Formats: sequence, structure tokens, C-alpha cells
Amino acid sequence: MDQYRHFDELVNLEQGTIAREIFVDEDIYNQELEKVFTRAWLFVGHESQVPEPGDFFTSRMGTESVILTRDFENKIHVLLNNCTHRGMKVCLYDEGNSATFTCPFHAWSFAPDGKLVGVPHENELYSHVLEKDKWALIEVAKMENYKGSIWATWDKTAPDFFTYLGSAKAHLDLALDSLDGSEGGTEVFGGVHKWISPCNWKVPAENFCGDSYHNPSHISVDMIGIGPSAGQGEKGRRDNELADAQHVWVSFPGGHGIHSALKPENNAYIESYKDNPIVEEYYRHCYEERQKRLGDDARLVPFVGTIFPNTSYHGRQPRALCAWHPNGPESAEIWRFFLVDKGAPKEVKDMLRRYYMRYSGPAGMTEQDDMENWNYATAGSRGTIANRLPYNYQQSQNIHKINDPVPGLVSTQMTEENARQYYKCWSSYMQDKSWDEIMSHPAQVKDERI
Amino acid sequence: MNEIKPSKLERNIDYFTLRQEVEEFLYDEAETLDQREFSAWLEMLSEDLTYFMPLRRNVKYGDHAERENTREGEDISWFEEDKWTLSKRVDQIFTEKHWAEEPLSRVCHMISNVQLLSAAPNVASAEEVTSKCRFLIYQNRVETESYFFVGKRTDTLRKEAGDWKLLRREIILDQNVLLAKNLTVFF
Repeated sequence: MDQYRHFDELVNLEQGTIAREIFVDEDIYNQELEKVFTRAWLFVGHESQVPEPGDFFTSRMGTESVILTRDFENKIHVLLNNCTHRGMKVCLYDEGNSATFTCPFHAWSFAPDGKLVGVPHENELYSHVLEKDKWALIEVAKMENYKGSIWATWDKTAPDFFTYLGSAKAHLDLALDSLDGSEGGTEVFGGVHKWISPCNWKVPAENFCGDSYHNPSHISVDMIGIGPSAGQGEKGRRDNELADAQHVWVSFPGGHGIHSALKPENNAYIESYKDNPIVEEYYRHCYEERQKRLGDDARLVPFVGTIFPNTSYHGRQPRALCAWHPNGPESAEIWRFFLVDKGAPKEVKDMLRRYYMRYSGPAGMTEQDDMENWNYATAGSRGTIANRLPYNYQQSQNIHKINDPVPGLVSTQMTEENARQYYKCWSSYMQDKSWDEIMSHPAQVKDERI
Repeated sequence: MNEIKPSKLERNIDYFTLRQEVEEFLYDEAETLDQREFSAWLEMLSEDLTYFMPLRRNVKYGDHAERENTREGEDISWFEEDKWTLSKRVDQIFTEKHWAEEPLSRVCHMISNVQLLSAAPNVASAEEVTSKCRFLIYQNRVETESYFFVGKRTDTLRKEAGDWKLLRREIILDQNVLLAKNLTVFF
């Protein structure tokens, strides 16, 4: 039980402090792989990456390789990419189409639904012994295809995906729905950014769950202007679409944290994407359509968020889903999938693609500076003397409302509440708490599930 | 699409003379970058520049020519940009607030295996020339960070008012998961 009390001391919400060791300690990291990553819902990929039967996309859950497949009955599966005979990867490709996955080691072969369908010399060598149906590729316990985004968990006792998301769903929707407000309709561009960043995986997850205080990281891009109207001389790293909006920082049971914004009642369109009149016109049109379709609900517009534990989204400028894969205590393997409306005109897709590339990832002018800070903040969690002082998470402590003006634990000023709740939830996982307990923080928030 | 066939140009005195001109340009450019003369480097780029670096994927043999690299004009890549964007990258360094390059990294470009692929209208009096080379770029950052970027480049130079300018650069980095936290170096 001592080990459990330990986590309450490491994440001390009363004081608003978090111990540095949770970002560097090897033992804590190894426990996370078991206690967090085998239980929580993880983002795997997008159905648009496997449009045809036999299509596959190789992804990752925690530190382990998985294959997202579409079988010949059009059903999507998420399978551990690990031969049940000797552990070799049965798929070494990033993507493709195949009727079977044949292990290169001893040639056991598996169908896209995971079933073991071929064993060399089966009759002579395994007669009456091998029960092939018991040796399928390990499949996730639960999978959800939510508006094209594929999520999975290894825990059959986990709450269903919508219970898990709770009211964070309305915010994730802002990234997954079409710009005109119709449900879903998004796809991912070909090409997934994958890179190794020397930071603990929780550092960027926290960064995206509502750390809007880190703006000084991006002063250089804000000075020079790289947004979709930068060619017209606009400064900043994005258009100022939220200029008249009330920003909201919201945390939810299950540890999710988001930063969105509520436009004023008149919900006026703010001209953006000025570098290309076709794109500007498209966004204006979609904005008006969305308002007609959703009415007052259209006032909610996205910024960023993290779905616990390691999936984050950018909602609009840019627009992407990102997984911060654990890769050792001081290393993350980061995968980013860029979203776009399936039906957007070519000009819009091209402009967005180019904007996404100059904004995000290791070649992105904005995120490069994040990467530098995540790197050395992780390294700074290591020192013996440094470790005597925990990190300060007191920003806007005890300043929040419940379900006002949106469902959840809400702050209308910049806050570290989302981070506090994120780590509170993390500490619940680390203490092996039940799903009921995990889903009961923040306690005051009555979840209004849809 | 991205793997250009070995050079078929005849090896004669015109070829070697032109190759030497191209090499001189590429070495000058590398020197300019390694000396952090970023504004001077921008001067070496055509206003019509395309600067492209695809992602590299693991795909089945036989699919590699078509599917190994992400497509220019269609997919997400590492870079698909123009001179405006590269100028922004230089401006960003000049703000002194670009934390990923503040303080500046120590960067060393090595260029080798230069071969000419094509020249127009001809090798003897070229106005435009496409060459291929290998690059090995070493980046050392802050105290002990170091990264190696190794791959192939296909460069098109165009003569503008008597000077060679870089018109098109395609960078084939030989990595799948990027092994560096950032791509702040110019290739």
C-alpha cells in the first residue's frame, strides 16, 4: 500500500505540486506501460487508411506494434503485430494490402481478422495437438470506430468508448466533424509524421491538455507570421479566428482536458485564410453552413485537447490527431495524423497541407520550439538537487466552475486545472484503482453523457 | 517518381566542365550554410524554388517505386515548400527567439557523388542543369546532442542573369521514423 500512497504524494493536488520524478523515473515508466497503457483507450489510426478489404496500416499502442486491418467482411480489427509462435513481427510494412500476414520466421500465417490460417507441415508436426483457433493474433479487447478515428483498449472491463470520453466528446467532435458542421466526413492525408523526441510522453500530452501558458515558446513564429494569412502580412502562427471568443479550459472524468472557445451570440465569421481567396471562401461558406445546421451549438469552436492518456488533437489551425507513444522514460515516439474534410476542394487541401507542414512536427516552425522545451524540461527533471523541489502546478487553483458555460470542470481563465486533473487521473491508474474510481474525478462534475 | 535513373549523359569535356560548375555551386552553398550566412544562402535560391522532402515508408518490394515516398502535391511530407517559407525559417532564426536554433546548432554539410542527370538546352551551353548527389549533414546542438542526416539530393539549377540559382531540390532522407527531434537544418 505504501507504493500507492507514494503516488498521492507525487501528485499533490492540495498543494498544487507534482514531483519531477514522474517524468524520468524508470520504475514509474515501466509501471505506466502495465497500469496505464494496457487499460486506457488509445488512438490507433483512421478508417481512411484502410479503405479496402485486405488493407492494413501498422500502428502502435504503448510500446507495442499493432496492425489496423480491414478483413474481407469489411470489419476493422486491431491486432498485436506479434507472431503467436515466436514473437516475430508478422508485418514489417507500414501499410499495404494483403490477404494474409505470414511470419518471416517459421511462416505461420494469419488472416486480416487475426485467425491463424496456415501452419507449415501442420498435419505431420501438430496433429491432434494444435488448436488453431487458440493461436490467433492477439486482438484488442474493445475497439471503436468513431467518425473514422479508430480507438482501442486491451482491457475488456474498460468502459465503452463513449462513457470513457464523456462530455469531452463534444470537443473531439470539433476536430472530427466536417467544417460545415455535418457529422464526421473527415479523412487523414497520406503520410503520417513519425519521429523520436527526447521527452517524457506526458510532457506533450500535458502541453495539449490546455497549457495555454506556454505561448512564450512560440514568440518567434508569432513575430514573423506563418499562418494562413501570413502572405498578406498578418503576424501570428494562425489566423485570429477566436479574437472575439471566450476561451474555456475544461477537464473531464477520465483525465481528458481541452481548451476550446465560445463565440459570442452573434457568432460572426472572422475573415481568415486570406492568402487564397478560394480557401477563404470555402471556410466562410462552411462557417455559415455550420451555423445554420447547429444554431447556438455552433458557437463552440476548437483549439486543442488531450484524450487521456496520450492522444491529442489540434482542432482547426492546424487540424490533426497525435499519439505520444512511450519510448522509454525520457523518449517519446510521436505519430501525427493530419485531418481534412474529405470533400474539400483541392486548393483547400493543398493550402492546408502546406500550412500543417510548416506548423507541426519536427519540420514545423511552431512545434520545433516545443520540442526543444519538452526535451530540456524532461532532462531538468533528473537532477538530485532539482528533485528536492516539486513542480509548481498552482495556476488558477480553486478558480473553476462546474458545467458552466459548458459541461465539465471549467475555467474561463488560463489554468493548470486540466493538468492537475490529468495527473490526478494518472495517479489513479498508477494505484490500480477501479474504473468507477478512475471515472469519478473531478467528483463534482456530473457527466451528461450523450 | 523520386529515384532518378543513373546518368546517361556522355562523359566528355563539356560534362566535366559543367559538373565542376555545379559542384562549385553546391560547395559554395554548403559553405554559406555552415558559416550561418542565411541571407546570402537565400540569395542563391530562385524565386520559383521548390523544396521537397518526402516521408519514407516501409512497403512491399515491387511497391517501393510507387509507394515508398510520400507524393509531392498530394501527401504530407517533411517539407513541401517554396522560397517564401524558407525565408520565414531564416527570419525565425533572426528573431533570436527560435528556441530550437537558439543558440545556433553547429552544422557541417558534406556533399559527394555529384552526377549530372540532364542539362538544357545541352551540356555545352546549359541554362538549366539537374544533378544528383549524396549528403551527410552533421548537427551538434547545445552540449551533447548530435544528429546525422544522410541521403540523396536531386537539385536543379537555373541560370538567372548569369548566375546559377537553385530552382528545385528534392531531398531523400534515408530514415523512416525520424531519428532527430527536429529538422531545423537546411538541406
